[in-house]
Amino acid sequence: MQKEYKTIKSIAGPLVMIEGVEGIKYEELVEITTASGEVRLGKVLEAREGVAVVQMFESTQGVGAHGSKARFLGKTLQLGVSLDMLGRIFDGRGRPIDDGAEIIPDKKLDINGNPLNPYARDYPNDFYQTGISTIDCMNTLVRGQKLPIFSGAGLPHARLAAQIARQAKVISVDNEGNMAEGGGKEENFAVVFAAMGVTFEEAEYFTNEFKKTGAIERSVLYINTADDPVVERIATPRMALTTAEYLAFEKDMHVLVILTDLTNYCEALREVSAARKEVPGRRGYPGYLYTDLATLYERAGRVKGKKGSITQIPILTMPEDDITHPIPDLTGYITEGQIVLARDLHKQGIYPNINVLPSLSRLKDKGIGVGKTREDHSGVMNQLFAAYARGKEVRELAVILGEAALSDTDLKFLKFANEFEKTYVKQEEYEDRNIIKSLTMGWELLKILPETELKRVKAEHIEKYMTAKQAK
Amino acid sequence: MEKQGIIIKVSGPLVVAKNMEGARMYEVVRVSEKKLIGEIIGINGDQVSIQVYEETSGVGPGEPVYPTHQTMQVELGPGLLQSIYDGIQRPLPLIEQEAGSYITRGIDVPGLDRKKKWKFSPIKKTGEKVEEGDIIGEVEETTLITHKIMVPPGMSGTLKDIKNGDFTIEEIVAVIEGDNDETYEITMLQKWPIRRSRPCKVKKVPNVPLVTGTRILDTLFPVAKGGAGCIPGPFGAGKTVTQQTLAKYCDAQIIVYIGCGERGNEMTDVLMEFPELEDPNTGEKLMKRTVMVANTSNMPVAAREASIYTGVTIAEYYRDMGYSVALMADSTSRWAEALREMSGRLEEMPGEEGYPAYLGSRTAEFYERSGIVKCLGSDDREGSLTLIGAVSPPGGDLSEPVTQNTLRVTKVFWGLDAKLAYRRHFPAINWLSSYTLYMDNLKDYWKNNISEEFLGVRTQAMSILQEEAKLEEIVRLVGMEALSPKERLTLETAKSLREDFLFQNAFDKVDAFTPLKKQFWILKSIIGVYNHALKVVENEDFNFDDLLKLPVMQKVAKCKEIPADDEERFKQLWDETERSILSLKI
Repeated sequence: MQKEYKTIKSIAGPLVMIEGVEGIKYEELVEITTASGEVRLGKVLEAREGVAVVQMFESTQGVGAHGSKARFLGKTLQLGVSLDMLGRIFDGRGRPIDDGAEIIPDKKLDINGNPLNPYARDYPNDFYQTGISTIDCMNTLVRGQKLPIFSGAGLPHARLAAQIARQAKVISVDNEGNMAEGGGKEENFAVVFAAMGVTFEEAEYFTNEFKKTGAIERSVLYINTADDPVVERIATPRMALTTAEYLAFEKDMHVLVILTDLTNYCEALREVSAARKEVPGRRGYPGYLYTDLATLYERAGRVKGKKGSITQIPILTMPEDDITHPIPDLTGYITEGQIVLARDLHKQGIYPNINVLPSLSRLKDKGIGVGKTREDHSGVMNQLFAAYARGKEVRELAVILGEAALSDTDLKFLKFANEFEKTYVKQEEYEDRNIIKSLTMGWELLKILPETELKRVKAEHIEKYMTAKQAK
Repeated sequence: MEKQGIIIKVSGPLVVAKNMEGARMYEVVRVSEKKLIGEIIGINGDQVSIQVYEETSGVGPGEPVYPTHQTMQVELGPGLLQSIYDGIQRPLPLIEQEAGSYITRGIDVPGLDRKKKWKFSPIKKTGEKVEEGDIIGEVEETTLITHKIMVPPGMSGTLKDIKNGDFTIEEIVAVIEGDNDETYEITMLQKWPIRRSRPCKVKKVPNVPLVTGTRILDTLFPVAKGGAGCIPGPFGAGKTVTQQTLAKYCDAQIIVYIGCGERGNEMTDVLMEFPELEDPNTGEKLMKRTVMVANTSNMPVAAREASIYTGVTIAEYYRDMGYSVALMADSTSRWAEALREMSGRLEEMPGEEGYPAYLGSRTAEFYERSGIVKCLGSDDREGSLTLIGAVSPPGGDLSEPVTQNTLRVTKVFWGLDAKLAYRRHFPAINWLSSYTLYMDNLKDYWKNNISEEFLGVRTQAMSILQEEAKLEEIVRLVGMEALSPKERLTLETAKSLREDFLFQNAFDKVDAFTPLKKQFWILKSIIGVYNHALKVVENEDFNFDDLLKLPVMQKVAKCKEIPADDEERFKQLWDETERSILSLKI
């Protein structure tokens, strides 16, 4: 039997303290009815003898110490999931906002999930083609990876994310370099998108983008806009990931999860933490920020014996483009690499403005090479990296000494770096370059350099992919 | 039923219970009807604070707490090797069997297999006197490692009975009659509290290097067997790759690898790779000498705190058998964060950056469990435990408390550098900031086992690298032309040191491991060029390009491809170097 309590003692921000309660459980759901009859949800954050501290998922506006009633529901927050969720749009709390019908759940799942046993994980090693050269060739994404985009305010991360969502697919390449989509198999693909604290316009951009390309049919969208209650934001990514887990591991789908913007999520955590009067860690963020983020990011992956997979692309904006800020920093410690966007490239009108040098995909080695992409992939990748790094050094040198003081080789590297940015990094928003094209373009660029400088590629690959083609 | 406590508060992994008179610090308790595993970390009158090793959602005030009157222990015995545990020694494969892909709560699985029979061969005979730590029998645990069954600490007397044959770890294999007529029944299973270091007779000063096969580590910044080292570095700099390379190739006999609050996929990688990889020292599968503790970042935070202790206790147990053990903890920062989280929930007064004030002493306690020791027992055997902890300083800022506290107690510092990693120079260990304090202890080892010349060559290499940093500043300002030929030679040599010696590909089968002798030979080849060239660069008509164009220069650059046992070819190379460089003189 559920009792109703009218003993709300205090309210501070999203926290409500209720006295005289009995038999409450940690993390139990609480329903608070305001004097005007509105129902709000929250969960028990601290259960003491006779006292419950409740964190609301929604705004506490209108909740009062008198007249409001609290009911403990005896269960933790669960999300009803079903295949019908595909093609639907929900708010940050999981309520449909697209005028469609309520979802009739196939299953109810705890949104916090359980930690995946590392022993039950399967290692991600399927190449995932995004159609973007700087990702496919140089920071290869594999299925089951979590690869965040580190962006800054005013950078086109939303467009990039939409492009990835639009173009991402599994392909297979045979020994002759012929490609086949879908790895030759019938694949089920879905996108789960969660927006946290984004502006209305950004949210619209995504929904329109999804609708325009028809991708919405295979997508589930959770939208928590900037003016929605802050605390809802903490539940939003968990809803999204629970949906993703259901689709991936029960319905055998390959799910791409895009979370934006994690910075807003962390701000929300800080707000709640401050309301709880916790001891702050760096820059006022709670000490458990790492653990909390890990419980989100670690929900990506593959599971032994299951067909589906979850690939995560979280997006975060680095305050002042500072990569050592706690949010990108802790993220980088958890995720398997990062794609870093550069402001200077953006200013030069280069899209996607990916700065390849600090970008990294930790799982790339497992997803490239013979049988996955092409034998020369790793060599080309390393050579492009090394040459671009050298080219950028030369560019700095040229600023000090002037181009006249550079050696011939240095000049070639400088030219390489410029061409690399203009033709390789830069591509059109609707340009879907396949991996073979990306590799071929890489070889084209390397022709700028003297062959003696190409130390990272194998001699036989130079023969096969560069010189031989030239001869033709 | 025994007396129970009653929960009065639940806040995340912290549970407070009353009616707990008689409870002791670090006692293990079972929390609520779900029987979650917890440990008492604070006592106030009849109230205790409990850190719970599992998710506490759904637990509430009024539920019971069951005391166990035991401290947090690990089970020690045959079967540890090749295992993979979570932070509180539950085998992950068993958890998977019981609960499926996800780790659910209240799973109770023993750390060691109770049913498996091991072949116990006695070493001592009935009637012999034995003391604590004496080896009474052996079990072939894997084809690589013989598990020694020891008399547990605190027991001694006369062997009344000792068996021979196949037994489970709980069956009695020997009976000892104590000097005061007490009887001790010995099984192959021992238990030990994780927060107490296992006793030894005496600790000694380490004087043998731990050979890792990584050139920059072994030659420039060696760690001694029984020493402690730390690897701090920002993300993406290669901490985990370095730790894994160490776990794969270092010449310790037993490896304990702790994945503490790290990525799940990374642990999976280790789990899938280690059973395949071969140990370069013995040719056996690496997994046969490895124990793994994996508490990934999304697993309960309190168990992460315990995982370090679980691992180190297992490591000490093998040390006590007389083995050299190396423990890799990746990463201790996550452990410190777990401490911070619990401390915050306990509402303790925070120290620096919210970490508890006792962070320093806890860190020291952990690293001090390393050492080379004379083990308990009458045979004076020696075992060693080397601890290597990765540290993940936020933003790569080494002034933060975890790094600083670690540096205070470790004698080797391998500083990873993001800049090197961006340039794809791996291992991205900064040769200017890293250091080792073991060089004095290891001097004799190098002299006696590698070469008299070794220390000289090493010192020269270090100073050339140091010099390079200075010269690079100048080049940046005024260009290469402003340098004297000698300075240019220094730069060229430093480049060669970086590219041909320090750079090492951990994913290349041959390059990943270089034996000590060959490391010295490569270094000598590079420094040889420098020393000979010094004699010619001051010549007036010396042209630097002539030197670079010498065919021998290419050979030196490729000398790491010479097989490790072919000293002759190295000698030929040195002769050729001398001949061809000095020929420039005329």
